[in-house]
Amino acid sequence: MTKQLTILQLYARNMNIYGDYGNVLVLRRRAEWHGYDVRVIEYNPGDTFPADVDIIVGGGGQDSGQDKIKTDLHKIGATLRELAENDTPMLVICGLYQLFGKSFTTQDGHIIEGINLLDIETIAGPERLIGNIITRSDEFGDIIGYENHSGQTYLGTLVHPLGTVMRGAGNNSRDDHEGARYRNIIGSYLHGSLLPKNPAIADWLIEQAATKKFGNFTPTVIDDRFAQLARKYAIQRPR
Amino acid sequence: MTKPYSVLFGKAVRYIARLRGGGSALPGLFVETIDKNFVADTLAQLPRGVVIISGTNGKTTTTKMVVELLEGQGLRVFTNRTGSNFSRGVAAALLGEVDHRGRLNADIAVLELDEAHGVHFVDSIQPRFSLLLNVLRDQLDRFGEIDTTAKLLRHIAEATTDTVVVNREDPRLRAIGASLDKNIRYFGLADSLLATFPSDDDMHGSTARLATRPLADVTLQAVDKQQATFLIDKQTLHTSLELQGIYNIFNAAAALALVRSILGDSADTKQLIKTLSKVTPAFGRSESIIVAGQPCELVLVKNPSGFRLSLASFDPDEYATMIAINDNYADGRDMSWLWDIDFTSLAPHGVSAVGGIRAYDMALRLQYDEVPLTHIDTNLPATLKHFLSRHKDKPKRIYCTYTAMLTLRRELAKYGHVKDVS
Repeated sequence: MTKQLTILQLYARNMNIYGDYGNVLVLRRRAEWHGYDVRVIEYNPGDTFPADVDIIVGGGGQDSGQDKIKTDLHKIGATLRELAENDTPMLVICGLYQLFGKSFTTQDGHIIEGINLLDIETIAGPERLIGNIITRSDEFGDIIGYENHSGQTYLGTLVHPLGTVMRGAGNNSRDDHEGARYRNIIGSYLHGSLLPKNPAIADWLIEQAATKKFGNFTPTVIDDRFAQLARKYAIQRPR
Repeated sequence: MTKPYSVLFGKAVRYIARLRGGGSALPGLFVETIDKNFVADTLAQLPRGVVIISGTNGKTTTTKMVVELLEGQGLRVFTNRTGSNFSRGVAAALLGEVDHRGRLNADIAVLELDEAHGVHFVDSIQPRFSLLLNVLRDQLDRFGEIDTTAKLLRHIAEATTDTVVVNREDPRLRAIGASLDKNIRYFGLADSLLATFPSDDDMHGSTARLATRPLADVTLQAVDKQQATFLIDKQTLHTSLELQGIYNIFNAAAALALVRSILGDSADTKQLIKTLSKVTPAFGRSESIIVAGQPCELVLVKNPSGFRLSLASFDPDEYATMIAINDNYADGRDMSWLWDIDFTSLAPHGVSAVGGIRAYDMALRLQYDEVPLTHIDTNLPATLKHFLSRHKDKPKRIYCTYTAMLTLRRELAKYGHVKDVS
């Protein structure tokens, strides 16, 4: 019997403008290559939240995109928090990383409430943090991507950073943290897309989903030479 | 009034720069330094004023179309053909055209304006007409966000004194058009073509376009390879074109709408269509170079929408395909955009070679769309050499980013005839 994994792409229509779709594609393909039958569902504002979700992925968006999903995100906030506490693996990038936190304070001091799934707070900053970035993580090794944000994010005590910034800005202009980790959730500012050049993170998400659903995960060996070479050239490039 | 000596000195510097084989911006910098009003004063002489063409994609070919359409109606047109650093490039181009007393022998100026430079330019020189083509994701690391780019274009529109011509199918531009208290004209697509042009907003989600769109002056009704049907003034006009690619043909609708605004009732529509049918693509924008008796097409790709439309426009059957991706400043440093393009249409024939600084990012992208791939090398001249020698007897097509295109043109000049555009 084939084992099926369901990937949910949160707000595919409004929150995936910087190539974050690449994360969904990489999870789909790698899960298939590892022998799973994969179903990808999109969730957009007003949709019924599907039962039986194994991995949740969300991306970044324009300010206008965030405005369109804000209200809806609060409607499904309790469901997402429950899934998080039940160890459902999730990957949220940039805009949804911020909105998964406690709050986002805009330039004019207006506070947008997040869904309080991650113990983080974001404050709009005067400068845009843009460029190639390399961070180091105990769990995943060096993480390579591209950041493009003006929000300055600070971590609370319930989360720990995804990586330590080796080159680039990361969560904010002050400390050297990038991203946030909580249970099986990864939040990060990294586009690039994140998962293609960091397959260790993709496989970890699939492993958590498979172990939770089927009790085990037997990985296949995937040819990651292109990913290794793309990493090698990416780290040599200017910021 | 322009100081005569700045023209004479500028012309002398231009002459010397040309002898040295240098770029076009240096003489412009020189004349701007000694006479900062040179460009504004010279352009102010034009009886029909200044026309600005801006947007993220297709400016160069659209500008070329507009110039040829106006010339076809008997106007003398000044334009910035070489596309170098904007303000200095215009100054340099003007130096080449004015007489020794600073007089410009033209009726109208049609200028391609990079949205980043547009704000400063239109603050000193107000355009009479402007054309806003699109706001697609382009070199986002330079501007930050699409919405920021839209604001730059809004600034150009606000500075325009007569009429702004706007792409009805671009949601951000349509919003600009709706909010301005000026003459606005639209160009657009028939409903049946909307799905061919997804905007960045509905790239992966299902398309939900507004049912109520403003009326368009020129509508692209149908496209079949190099044949197009336009709806102008309730009149259906069919023509063949030298231009390839759906996006170029949509920009032809933009050019027609702009020229019709400029000329008003005096426009000869039949003549416009006749001129349009003979316009060839601008430098590097899907030009074809003959190498050993076989065409080698260069297709410039700058962003996801442009790449998707190119893939949809050109049939890979019978062609050998190469992709060259650089990440220099002019290309954009962020590779995320490659993940917003669906490459599965290349899977049946495969990709013969991938080159450029980010060749392995491209190879990785193709791996996840399960597109077969035979040769990868970050050394672009070597990749090109391999590609040409492996497919001697076949037509070839190379999708390339901007700086990769510059390298490829230089290398191809060693193998075949490349048109000189300087």
